[in-house]
Amino acid sequence: MHQEYTVIEGDFVNAGKASSSVKKTLKQLNVDPGKVKRVVVALYEAEVNAIAHAYGGKVLVDIDSDKIRMVVADKGPGIPDIALAMQEGYSTARPEVRDMGFGAGMGLPNMQKNVDKLNVTSEVGVGTTVEMEVNF
Amino acid sequence: MTIREIIKLLDATVCTGEGRLDEEVETAFASDLMSDVLTLKDTPMLVTGLCNIQTIRTCDMASLDIILVVRNKKVTEDMIELAEDDDMVILSCAYSMFKACGLLYQNGIKPLY
Ligand SMILES: Nc1ncnc2c1ncn2[C@@H]1O[C@H](COP(=O)(O)OP(=O)(O)O)[C@@H](O)[C@H]1O
Ligand SMILES: [Mg+2]
Repeated sequence: MHQEYTVIEGDFVNAGKASSSVKKTLKQLNVDPGKVKRVVVALYEAEVNAIAHAYGGKVLVDIDSDKIRMVVADKGPGIPDIALAMQEGYSTARPEVRDMGFGAGMGLPNMQKNVDKLNVTSEVGVGTTVEMEVNF
Repeated sequence: MTIREIIKLLDATVCTGEGRLDEEVETAFASDLMSDVLTLKDTPMLVTGLCNIQTIRTCDMASLDIILVVRNKKVTEDMIELAEDDDMVILSCAYSMFKACGLLYQNGIKPLY
């Protein structure tokens, strides 16, 4: 099953819509609730990042019988040092992002903790792609 | 404690979830930081001063469904609508985070950590 969502820069009101819809789909497919939580927590953090740190982008989701694959690809400033960005506590979040309860530098670490496979690729001045997989 | 007892203890009002007030609450977690809420493995009541649509979305993702908003922050219509979709309870009280948590702890609500 393939699903696509668009996320828009600064659109905090809709941040989480894609994750929420994926949650409903996985529930309908009777995926284990613990796994569903891991999937949606990671996807939500990635969605928030595309909205908060980039200029929006696309969320692509592929659900198979044995796993879910999620790609969040944004157009944005990119991440100059991915290893640094992955460190817990590292954040360049603007005040509006902090006002939304994010910006503690826990997003990428939260993704890492919840998925079975995480791959972040980024080009400065072009954008960032976060690929994640969770096995059912 | 039941949600109804918590309402009495904290002089709180119910924003949504009237049908669930006899449910028991055993644990609570207090935070304004949504990424921190997203690390939880359990599903406590959330006590928070962060009152916007992301509070509700975060609880949805983290499978938390009882939220206590402190300091009389305005719970908006779109928050209530989203919370109703997931059958959540939202309570609001005027007390500070410190006082609300102190009273809850004193009355037997347990921390996670
Ligand atoms: N999609 C992205 N585009 C550009 N920068 C990003 C992106 N995602 C993450 N970053 C950078 O990595 C940092 C850490 O991200 P994260 O761990 O999610 O924490 P936070 O979002 O709280 O800052 C961000 O502050 C930002 O500098
Ligand atoms: Mg983040």
